[in-house]
Amino acid sequence: MKTRDAIGLALSQLRVQKLKSAFTLLGVTIGVMFLIAVVSIVEGMGRYVEEDFAARLIGSNTFTLRRFDNVGPGGNRGFDARLAQRRPLLRMTDVEAVRAALPAMMTSSIANETFKYASAPGARPRQVQSVATDANYFAIKKFAVTQGRAFTDQEVRAGSNVLVIGVEVAEHFFPGLNPEGRQLRVSGVPFTVIGVIEEQGSVFGFSLDRLAIAPYTSPMGRIIRPARDISSLIVQAPTQADLPEGIEAARGALRSLRGLRAGEPDDFGLVTQDAAFGFIKQLKGRLVLFGTALPAISLVVGAMVIMNIMLVSVAERTREIGVRKALGARRGDILSQFLVEATTLSVIGAAIGIALGIALAKLVSVLTPLPAAVAPWSIGAALLTGAGVGIAAGMYPANRAAQLDPITALRQE
Amino acid sequence: MSKTLDQIGMSTTAERLAVTSNTGGAPSPDWVIVTRDLTRQYDMGGEVVRALRGLDVAIRRNEYVAIMGPSGSGKSTLMNLIGCLDTPNGGEYWLNGMLVSEMSDDALAKVRNKEIGFVFQTFNLLPRASALQNVELPLVYAGVSAAERKQRASEALERVQLGSRMGHRPNEMSGGQRQRVAIARALVNRPSILLADEPTGNLDSQTSEEIMRVFEELAMEGQTVVMVTHEPDIAVHAQRIITLRDGLLSNDENRESYAAKISGERVH
Repeated sequence: MKTRDAIGLALSQLRVQKLKSAFTLLGVTIGVMFLIAVVSIVEGMGRYVEEDFAARLIGSNTFTLRRFDNVGPGGNRGFDARLAQRRPLLRMTDVEAVRAALPAMMTSSIANETFKYASAPGARPRQVQSVATDANYFAIKKFAVTQGRAFTDQEVRAGSNVLVIGVEVAEHFFPGLNPEGRQLRVSGVPFTVIGVIEEQGSVFGFSLDRLAIAPYTSPMGRIIRPARDISSLIVQAPTQADLPEGIEAARGALRSLRGLRAGEPDDFGLVTQDAAFGFIKQLKGRLVLFGTALPAISLVVGAMVIMNIMLVSVAERTREIGVRKALGARRGDILSQFLVEATTLSVIGAAIGIALGIALAKLVSVLTPLPAAVAPWSIGAALLTGAGVGIAAGMYPANRAAQLDPITALRQE
Repeated sequence: MSKTLDQIGMSTTAERLAVTSNTGGAPSPDWVIVTRDLTRQYDMGGEVVRALRGLDVAIRRNEYVAIMGPSGSGKSTLMNLIGCLDTPNGGEYWLNGMLVSEMSDDALAKVRNKEIGFVFQTFNLLPRASALQNVELPLVYAGVSAAERKQRASEALERVQLGSRMGHRPNEMSGGQRQRVAIARALVNRPSILLADEPTGNLDSQTSEEIMRVFEELAMEGQTVVMVTHEPDIAVHAQRIITLRDGLLSNDENRESYAAKISGERVH
């Protein structure tokens, strides 16, 4: 018997027993549905973190010079706190040495950040993400100033008390007003608002619009770093591929400035996006693992349902199997008939599951802050899983049918 | 009709003896079925039942033969062996020049497909398939293309006067029509023998006559027909009647001799 005939036969069998078939493939459908949905959400989250989150929070194609290495879950292996405390603070002289050593195509920006209370007449004081930086910061962060303007190099050199704020800060302190030229106090020090940054949205519920940015040379520098040191220097390269060159240049310059001998460890940190997001990647791996373990159980149940139904089907159709054998069906023909039937059933179940899974993922991304991106590989994997479940579940019943003795089968009532 | 059927040459006792005693030798192509010292026994919970005890049967191409015998005589066993649904424990079975008693399962399936057309007492049509699909079934297993299958199946159905009912399912047909679908299915692969097991067992006498007429016509056209039955009224339609008793051949006679005997029995 040809494969095409076998599939046609399987489909007509399923058509005849629509309701039974529908119940049979329910297990596989539910399993595949959750598999697709979970993978999509985890994948979407991962992509979101890697593309969006990374670019917005850190800036794309950047590395950061800091006193300490990235400290956080997954990023602090071998971190010795006592040893790290002996590290010197990052000073302006360090930054200048690094800047001098960087290739000309790279830009850099001093970025000292922390949360400080801001206040203005007529509004409750509120914590804002205060940043003491230079004029490059806006380009590296891709912050477009939509209202007013960003501060200039001159203002940085002069140490002017000028402030560029986020949309949320503008709305909280100056609702319905043009914030330009108004005064906002940060830690009690008055600043003049000169611009508002375009809305940035939020990442995992953390608003990116609660910003107050001032030159590091202004009193903001002292407010954020009373010790007058530098918390971080962000360096941006034109492409991801240029990053290692910049990192090595920065490392070489700072090591020689600080007189570190070969073999001595760095007494500063050079942090890339990869390191910063190692933790999130690890989290993603775990989510995929747990998220797929549950649907996998459903798939096992689905396989057992299919096997059970196929066994019933073989028993019900014993006579038919006898007739087919009498008319010239070989064992292989009967085996493939039932195997194809189980596989077709299961693949149809998987296909429905894929459609529902995509719908579920979309629903989740609409109703919750969790983003969802359907991974093409997960569709292929789901179909293969469906086929695998069908073959695994159909093998035993199909083999039983194939082994039936034609005389006994024909005599069956 | 009966006279014309009798004109088809029947094998003689001497010819049969010659072909069945030539142990190991392939019979001439003229002989469709030759069994030599055929035995089949079953192990029924430690007790050995000897269903066939060394049977010599020879059927020539174009013969119309009925196999008779009381229950337990071994006629069902013989029918299963002739139909290649079962294999013997001893002896030879030559079907159309092939020694099928030595064949593997899959080879037997192929022989059943190509050489044998089964007609069953209970029709054994697939209930959810149309008449046409039922008749196509042997061609599916023969690997015939869909277009040719349809063509040949419709021809076979027309041959049994069911050309107008091809799309009907078995449950939309009368018993006689169902059996004619089964006959079309049996013939569609142009088998060496039409093997019928109690073909009228589930039919009323009028429909039985109708089916017997179909068999006669087929025999007239040159189809070898072997029919297993326990009804003398049906057996008498065949040209030659073989009677089994206790797993051995007890009688092998032509229609006249058999008819005379059964009418004699009725007188007594």
